[in-house]
Amino acid sequence: MTPALSLHNLTKVYKNGITALHGIDLEVAPGDFFALLGPNGAGKSTTIGIVSSLVNKSGGTVRVFGHDIDTELAAAKACIGLVPQEFNFNIFEPVVEILVNQAGYYGIPRRVAFERAERYLHQLGLWDRRHDQAQMLSGGMKRRLMIARALVHEPRLLILDEPTAGVDIEIRHSMWSFLAEINATGTTIILTTHYLEEAERLCRNIAIIDNGRIVENTTMRQLLNRMNSHTLVLDLAQPLATLPDLPGFAACRIDDTTLEVEISRDANINALFTMLSRHGIEVSSLRNKTNRLEELFIRLVGNKATPGILPAAALAHPCASEDTA
Amino acid sequence: MNGHAQYIAFRAILVKEVLRFTRIWIQTILPPMITTALYFVIFGRLIGSQVGDVDGFGYMAYIVPGLILMTVITNSYANVVSSFYSSKFQHNIEEMLVAPVPNYLILLGFIGGGLARGLAVGLAVTIVALFFTPIPLHSLWVAVSVLILTSILFSLAGLINGIYAKSFDDISVIPTFVLTPLTYLGGVFYSVSMLPPIWQSISLANPILYMVNAFRYGLLGVSDVGLGVAYLAILGFIAGLFGFALYLLNRGYGIRS
Repeated sequence: MTPALSLHNLTKVYKNGITALHGIDLEVAPGDFFALLGPNGAGKSTTIGIVSSLVNKSGGTVRVFGHDIDTELAAAKACIGLVPQEFNFNIFEPVVEILVNQAGYYGIPRRVAFERAERYLHQLGLWDRRHDQAQMLSGGMKRRLMIARALVHEPRLLILDEPTAGVDIEIRHSMWSFLAEINATGTTIILTTHYLEEAERLCRNIAIIDNGRIVENTTMRQLLNRMNSHTLVLDLAQPLATLPDLPGFAACRIDDTTLEVEISRDANINALFTMLSRHGIEVSSLRNKTNRLEELFIRLVGNKATPGILPAAALAHPCASEDTA
Repeated sequence: MNGHAQYIAFRAILVKEVLRFTRIWIQTILPPMITTALYFVIFGRLIGSQVGDVDGFGYMAYIVPGLILMTVITNSYANVVSSFYSSKFQHNIEEMLVAPVPNYLILLGFIGGGLARGLAVGLAVTIVALFFTPIPLHSLWVAVSVLILTSILFSLAGLINGIYAKSFDDISVIPTFVLTPLTYLGGVFYSVSMLPPIWQSISLANPILYMVNAFRYGLLGVSDVGLGVAYLAILGFIAGLFGFALYLLNRGYGIRS
């Protein structure tokens, strides 16, 4: 089956001499929901820019559903819908005009363009704001407008470059549902995001890019299975003065009412709770310290993950301080 | 893209461009009408009455073609340079760059916008002029064709300026320091035959002189330069600038990393 996207030895050297991509190879299967992750400056946006013709490549080949961008650029472009990282619409244009114009650039007649604009604006909750200038929309609405605009020519490959940045949780969840529906209809989706929970929840396959090189390219399931352990945070009902011995578990006391316990993949969590009960320790709630993919991401790209994007606690070993069992 | 799809894409760019300048008509259509009215009151009525006839026409009637063409030139240029640079600045030029619309259609779409504003403002200024003086029409074909070709030429020049511009300062440098002096020295307010011989020769190097005189020929039937030379100069500049602008777009200069 022809891949939705095929990159071979893709290289980019900017005029200032910086090499953004060191000959990367990547394939995305049709119908996939694919995560392209990496720290800031890793080469994600450069890759997307080259695929969508906004950045000139220095070498290598790019094929979109078999169309080489060097020889069949128009056919390749017609397959792609792009939601860029930055807002890039004319802020003075009314919402519906932005969509209809965009459809026009793909040769879609105005009548059809209006029908599609109505459909996508309804689906993304923007229909009531269709006559407003884009500058009047909130940040979340602007993000949704860019998704609607990218879909108006009904592309086979939708590329989303941090589509939920700055969007509140409720809207982010509704956008996830919408994207999952779009993917279910057969549209291939490539997603870059710093919200790794988003990638873990939506994507089936994943590539991690770092310093212009693909450092990981596998299925989400296989990647997560590589986790040998994860860390649970336990909130205690009563203050705990000293940590009792918990054989088989690496635990540390964060404060009087908080424990962190590293759970290996083969460990029996019931055994942990049995031991805690035996010592009279009552757990009122528990949670994962970080998202599993975040932990892996940190391990793969070292300490280059952007501070603030991942919880600071994720950078530290659970038992870096305090007493250990 | 097939022919019909290309037509739709071109029309989309054109409609977008026309809506842009009509949405801000107070900035784009109204000011030239007021400026031209002031030119007629000051140069035409107050000073012009002291000047007497030029080439057999009253001074007010003599400056009408130049004023109309000057307005068309500045507005065609301003429309495209500001629209294209704003598109770059806001990054919405990317809407076209990611689509399969060929570069020559992007070029034609922006030229169409410049032409539409040039002709709209030209018409508005002509209507203002009619309040001050009757405007003869020697050759409709010459007048209209020169107006259209001149508007196209300066739309192209504006686009090239927009492609090179890296700041809002860059889009005002050429109009202020090149376009305006060339226009004022291009025989809008005088006949070059009134100049000393050396300045007459120097004036012939000013391309705007040919356009103003060709348009003046269309309205009044008088010109300081030959009509054929004027058409040749305008068409030559259009061909050269079109090729250069298309080359820049194909290379992605200023719009692709």
